[in-house]
Amino acid sequence: MANSTGKSFLGRFGVHIAVLVFVTIWTIPTLGILVSSLRDKDQIIASGWWNAFSSSSQTEAGRLPPASAQIEKDGKFVIEGNIFEEGQERNISAFGLRSAAPTEYEAGAVADLGDGVSLQLDEDGSFVMSSPVAFEGERGQRVYYESSAPPRFTTENYETVLFSEGIGRSFMNSLTVTVPATVIPIMIAAFAAYALAWMRFPGRALIIAVIIGLLVVPLQMALIPLLQLYNGVALFFGVPSKTYLGIWLAHTGFGLPFAIYLLRSYMAGLPRELMESARIDGASDFEIFIKIVLPLSFPVLASFAIFQFLWVWNDLLVAIVFLGSGSDQLVLTGKLNALLGSRGGDWEILTTSAFITIIVPLIVFFSLQRYFVRGLLAGSVKGG
Amino acid sequence: MADLSLRQIKKSYGNLKILHGIDLDIKSGEFIVFVGPSGCGKSTLLRTIAGLEEITSGELSIAGEVVNDVPPSKRGIAMVFQSYALYPHMTVYDNMAFGMKIAREEKSEIDRRVRQAAEILQLTNYLDRLPKAMSGGQRQRVAIGRAIVRNPKVFLFDEPLSNLDAALRVATRIEIAKLKESMPDTTMIYVTHDQVEAMTLADRIVVLKDGRVEQVGSPMELYHHPGNLFVAQFIGSPAMNIVPATIDKAGDNTVITQVGGRKTNVPVATPADAAGTRISFGVRPEDLRVASGETALFEGRVDYVEQLGEVQMVYLDIGIADQPLVVKLPGNADVKRNSTMKVDADADTLHIFDPEGRSYARTQNTAKAA
Repeated sequence: MANSTGKSFLGRFGVHIAVLVFVTIWTIPTLGILVSSLRDKDQIIASGWWNAFSSSSQTEAGRLPPASAQIEKDGKFVIEGNIFEEGQERNISAFGLRSAAPTEYEAGAVADLGDGVSLQLDEDGSFVMSSPVAFEGERGQRVYYESSAPPRFTTENYETVLFSEGIGRSFMNSLTVTVPATVIPIMIAAFAAYALAWMRFPGRALIIAVIIGLLVVPLQMALIPLLQLYNGVALFFGVPSKTYLGIWLAHTGFGLPFAIYLLRSYMAGLPRELMESARIDGASDFEIFIKIVLPLSFPVLASFAIFQFLWVWNDLLVAIVFLGSGSDQLVLTGKLNALLGSRGGDWEILTTSAFITIIVPLIVFFSLQRYFVRGLLAGSVKGG
Repeated sequence: MADLSLRQIKKSYGNLKILHGIDLDIKSGEFIVFVGPSGCGKSTLLRTIAGLEEITSGELSIAGEVVNDVPPSKRGIAMVFQSYALYPHMTVYDNMAFGMKIAREEKSEIDRRVRQAAEILQLTNYLDRLPKAMSGGQRQRVAIGRAIVRNPKVFLFDEPLSNLDAALRVATRIEIAKLKESMPDTTMIYVTHDQVEAMTLADRIVVLKDGRVEQVGSPMELYHHPGNLFVAQFIGSPAMNIVPATIDKAGDNTVITQVGGRKTNVPVATPADAAGTRISFGVRPEDLRVASGETALFEGRVDYVEQLGEVQMVYLDIGIADQPLVVKLPGNADVKRNSTMKVDADADTLHIFDPEGRSYARTQNTAKAA
């Protein structure tokens, strides 16, 4: 078994390389979204996320204070100050006086503006402009400078997105849809799968065939008839047609064929002797199901749970059809879609929202992935 | 504690008939072994007794009660499966206690019975383990323990040793034999295709072939007085030599003519009108020995010798194509390949079978050999 992945060292090496490549391809975009979502919103615009740990530089324009700020010193008129506001940590590397040459002078150098007027701009943003005659005018001197800021990471974006943009509410809506829409089909499918795998009754083969057939029916075909049905029911009982109960049932229906198919194949593969032994021990079908089959089927239940959870969590179509667009029903995918339209340029909003959207699937996958490893059966039968 | 009686038990899956009317009476406390080649229906028969297969027709009763429609758990049986069928997610203790827990018996009683069974099988130190942490032999002991805890009237074993390696198989076989001794009232039914298990364990062996009972009897009865050709060749290893012959003189003491014209006296009674019938003549390899005098049963060229150390199998070419005569000789006997050898056997170890393969009744004076 040691050589199952490849016969030679070279073969195994190739497999490892391939795995590494796939993992990298899968991970890098996620990492990019995570890093971007944690950056300062100005820095996102200035440089790519892969530069997040180095200082970002950008060229900006500023205006020095007007003539009213001048003081007379040693016979010269001087305007002093700092072009940065208090608390901004930036370093100026170069500055200029014309937009055509924004980096004409090194930081700390003295620029000659003509008529004896000179301007010195230091790295930290402090400047000294002096002139032999008094400054005049309402508008201060325009200065261009290239500054770099140290990397800055913040959770501000998350606060903004969760509490002001409505992502928090949508997150809860998504959970409200997804958790029951995962649990309900599993419960129904587990019972159905046991019956179809291990109980003898007339018509069993036909039911299995129908379920397999339903696997290939495209969901889109059923959307409109189902919605009409919902509308009819809603009208009859005088209740709203777009409800959480409605979407749970819709997702349950769409998920059941695959769930039953998957669970049935797995349960049918459990050793028959186990059921027979339990029957001799006096267990009823229900007890066999609860005490033997269900615990042993945990890996397949977990893998279906992951499938269904991800599918429902990422679903937009069914949610659009069966839920309203008000904030009390708008799910994350719908909200993201809306944000893309209204805040399409605000990367900090989009990346943060996107990361909030994928964090739940990531948690679900990593917490359940060990059940993919089918080690649970070891020891039950020979060779297990 | 319970007699079993099978009356014309038939089992078929659609048109496929598996059992063709099995009649059998099993006395309380007997150790019965069903043996036969694969596909003979022995496992199916066991499963119908267990209630895991429905009986198509016929009547099965345990302790005088017809149980055809009684569910397995109510038949007072326990079964040990070939694959152990331990519940992999439960500890040894829970595996053994499962049946009693289902029956909602008292905790203290469950505990007492489980520990008692564990004691018998030396599993006390393993009660907290999961099956996957145990060896094959230990797992099989747990399966047996689970059956003991149920305190059954009838113990059913379905090829319990066939998943074990050779050494463990012998050890577990002895354990099962001792278990039977310690439970003299419990009826045990054991299915195997291994005749060694059948011979060593059984009070009575039931030989099955193609869904029919070929013969029922004690191991020695089957060995010395096989009822037909099939049993004769199935019991004993290597299998009995069978050569064609013709009855020369019928009567209480039959004289037959073998291939090659050699006449042999067989102390078996044949009907008077049987003279001239073409029959099968059988003799076991271990009953043959190198002839000392002039008279010999067979004579042939040594075609091949298999030396096993304590014994050697000598394949004699006696003039029948593709059917050498096997002779089991002591390992130290001097046998040369391609030499000519004469072999002989005691008269009361000779068997003859009629054209349908049934054995002729042996005359009284030699029957005591069984």
